[in-house]
Amino acid sequence: MLEVKNLSIIYGPTKAVDNASFSVGKNEIVGIVGESGSGKSTIALSIMRLIYPPGRISSGEIIFNGRDLLKLAEKEMINIRGAKISMIFRDPFTSLNPVFKIGDQIAEVISLHQGLNGKEAWEKAVEMLGTVKIRDAVGRAHDYPHQFSGGMLQRVMIAMALACKPEILIADEPTTALDVSIQSEILALLDELKIKYGFSIIYITHNFGIIKQICDRVIVMNKGKIVEEGKTGEVFSNPKELYTKKLIDCLKVLNKV
Amino acid sequence: MRKNKALLFAAIVLTGFVLLAIFAAWIAPYNPEEIVSSQTLAPSTFHLFGTDDLGRDLFSRALYGARISLTVGFVAVVISVLIGTLFGALAGYYGGAIDLIIMRFVDVMLAFPSIFLILAIQAMLTPNIYNVMVVIGATSWMGVARLVRGEFLRIRELQYVEAARAIGCSDFRIIFRHILPNAQAPIIVAATLGMAGAILTESALSFLGLGVQPPTPSWGNMLMDSQAYMFDAPWMAIIPGILILVTVLSLYFIGEALREKLDVRS
Repeated sequence: MLEVKNLSIIYGPTKAVDNASFSVGKNEIVGIVGESGSGKSTIALSIMRLIYPPGRISSGEIIFNGRDLLKLAEKEMINIRGAKISMIFRDPFTSLNPVFKIGDQIAEVISLHQGLNGKEAWEKAVEMLGTVKIRDAVGRAHDYPHQFSGGMLQRVMIAMALACKPEILIADEPTTALDVSIQSEILALLDELKIKYGFSIIYITHNFGIIKQICDRVIVMNKGKIVEEGKTGEVFSNPKELYTKKLIDCLKVLNKV
Repeated sequence: MRKNKALLFAAIVLTGFVLLAIFAAWIAPYNPEEIVSSQTLAPSTFHLFGTDDLGRDLFSRALYGARISLTVGFVAVVISVLIGTLFGALAGYYGGAIDLIIMRFVDVMLAFPSIFLILAIQAMLTPNIYNVMVVIGATSWMGVARLVRGEFLRIRELQYVEAARAIGCSDFRIIFRHILPNAQAPIIVAATLGMAGAILTESALSFLGLGVQPPTPSWGNMLMDSQAYMFDAPWMAIIPGILILVTVLSLYFIGEALREKLDVRS
């Protein structure tokens, strides 16, 4: 469904992503793992075409449902973002606009892409809040972001991302800023919603534990290059690259402590 | 506590002036443009602020003058905030060449001594209050532009702006719906302080005869009328002078208080 071919992204003289190719199938969860600065978030942003100067996509193709996203006009891209491909971010505390009500922010994406008027969009927003298991959704929709906890904010982000039934959800370290018990709640929620709605997930993380828990396939990145790719189980039991082994060993050490 | 008292005082004074200006027609005892008494009468119960060199009632003129001066100040500031916000937002949001061009234009505008620029433009136009508003607004937006640009440079890097892009918002929508509401606090402060400046500029222009034209009263041209009678009828100068001073001071107090309340860096 999504195919990235020979993608290179440069930031000035540095190659943030170097000749990366991978694909994501329907209903598949693909994990991209690597340390900070390995280019994994840059790939995520490039799929949404949200790379801004000094960053630049220097070569490659991103084929989504048969069309190269990199060749689309910005106007067409706007109709894809949030509707066909959506994204959730690392820090839920800063991902929502502090001056608008939670309900309005979810309603915005609904009215942008589904042309519903204010009241209908609001009702749909409240329904989405219920879907991501916010208690008292009708009342809480009137709250502002500062009245929500981190885990709840990330749920709101998920509600926004899924409100228009996208085909791909890009999750850029969505649990890194949250504590561990909330992390597993968010992962369980994503899993449940994926079964309910049916969409693919590109899950970006530096945590091999999460990959093992939810991903069908894993892509290992190091210094802008894809160094290993394969079924999660196979990569875990039989890592080919030294770098992958090191990452897995880190996890084992952590688990022992 | 002292600050709060100053704020309270300023707010009461300013609200009072605005109300007096709005209801000038009901409060004023005389027609402000009509000769109603002897010339240069000292303040008395018949003429609260005395009369001017032509025998017009100064209290009535001060009331109608408040209407003109406050309106000119307010409209001029609205114009300057609109221009400044638009330029600042575009420069800060897009950066690059757009930023460069807009900010160099701002530098050029700032390089003109503004009072001479205003005088030169006013000398070419017919001096009436509409031109005064537009000219003051069009020559005082640069500070707002710089401020708004700074706010946009800061806010555009925040995650919720990226999140707004990720749900498919257009640039226009991001600028005006997502970033601008988060930049409003410093704009409000700048507008308050800017209004004080605009009232001063209007007074200076009218004093020089290039602003509000007689017989329409404004605080500035009341001052101008007083020049020749400074010693014979000092109230003619003192009254509009105090009104301008108190108004401008009140706006500064309110602006400073808002700056603290809204936690805006200068």
